[in-house]
Amino acid sequence: MGPQNLPVQPAAPGVLLTTLDEALDWARRGSIWPMTFGLACCAIEMMCAGAPHFDLDRYGAGAFRPSPRQADLMIVAGTVTFKMAPVIKRLYEQVPDPKWVIAMGACACRGGPYYRHGYHVVKGVDRIVPVDVYLPGCPPRPEALLDAVMALQAKMDRMKTFSAGKPGPAGEPAGAGKEKEA
Amino acid sequence: MAMEFPVIAKLLEGRFPEAVKGAVTDKGDPWIEAAADSVPEVLEFLKEEEGLKFDLLLMVTGVDRPDAEGGGSIEVVYHLLSTTEGHELVLKAVLPRENPVCPSAVPIYPAALWHERETFDLLGVEFTGHPDLRRILCPEDWVGHPLRKDYEYPEEYGGISAK
Repeated sequence: MGPQNLPVQPAAPGVLLTTLDEALDWARRGSIWPMTFGLACCAIEMMCAGAPHFDLDRYGAGAFRPSPRQADLMIVAGTVTFKMAPVIKRLYEQVPDPKWVIAMGACACRGGPYYRHGYHVVKGVDRIVPVDVYLPGCPPRPEALLDAVMALQAKMDRMKTFSAGKPGPAGEPAGAGKEKEA
Repeated sequence: MAMEFPVIAKLLEGRFPEAVKGAVTDKGDPWIEAAADSVPEVLEFLKEEEGLKFDLLLMVTGVDRPDAEGGGSIEVVYHLLSTTEGHELVLKAVLPRENPVCPSAVPIYPAALWHERETFDLLGVEFTGHPDLRRILCPEDWVGHPLRKDYEYPEEYGGISAK
């Protein structure tokens, strides 16, 4: 992902022409700010993905923010317990729109090894917040997280905030981070 | 100098003929069973007695045995270590399953505080004299004690389906 990916129309020298949607999507996918938090062992892989060897920053997604108000991506990395669920929900609500969620690991996707006998585990973080990308694995390797980030970037590229159909019910542009897509 | 288990067991039986109900040596780690009421004085003795000096409480935990005779029992298990003498000991108190009440070990071993909270949270053992007996792992409004064998999983918690 780089400026060369920005679809531009050749114009007069020193002038680039593109649509606002293209420019917005390009800017968003190139500067994803994830929230700094981890819940279990998946968080170790997430930290690893952010460290120099895998370098999440190559995809513009390495600026982990210490506050939900500065973030636009939640990587739910680990087991979501019932005790933690209200906290995660509140953090999600504190993230300004547009916002995205990656469910990282088997636990965040569906409860993982606690699916049958985990009385204390929420059977998938999608029961409390909408999820954009599901990333299975126990835990997924850092490369898999990079793949999930790239899948999310592909999704961001399709947002087309201003031209995508009708506005949403709350007056928001359609597809502003809430769309459910496989 | 490290003492062997039979020596420790004999010492305890001699000192507490009423409270110490005997030693079990034929199942894995040997243990000594003591009456619940006497746990503080037995622990005090184990900690202070010259030659024993169990100065470290490694853990307090519990076992639910619904099939034990007399309507089932809950065992509270204490693992002790002497860092100066180099010996270990397992002490058990067997409580009735209907009303498991045990004196707290916190006045003797402050390390027992969180361990007893966990045993209370997961098995429902009430430790009398504990300074802060609250749930430690489950949310405070959780229903039931999850490590009981007859524990029923919740249908939902906080509006989130648990099935």
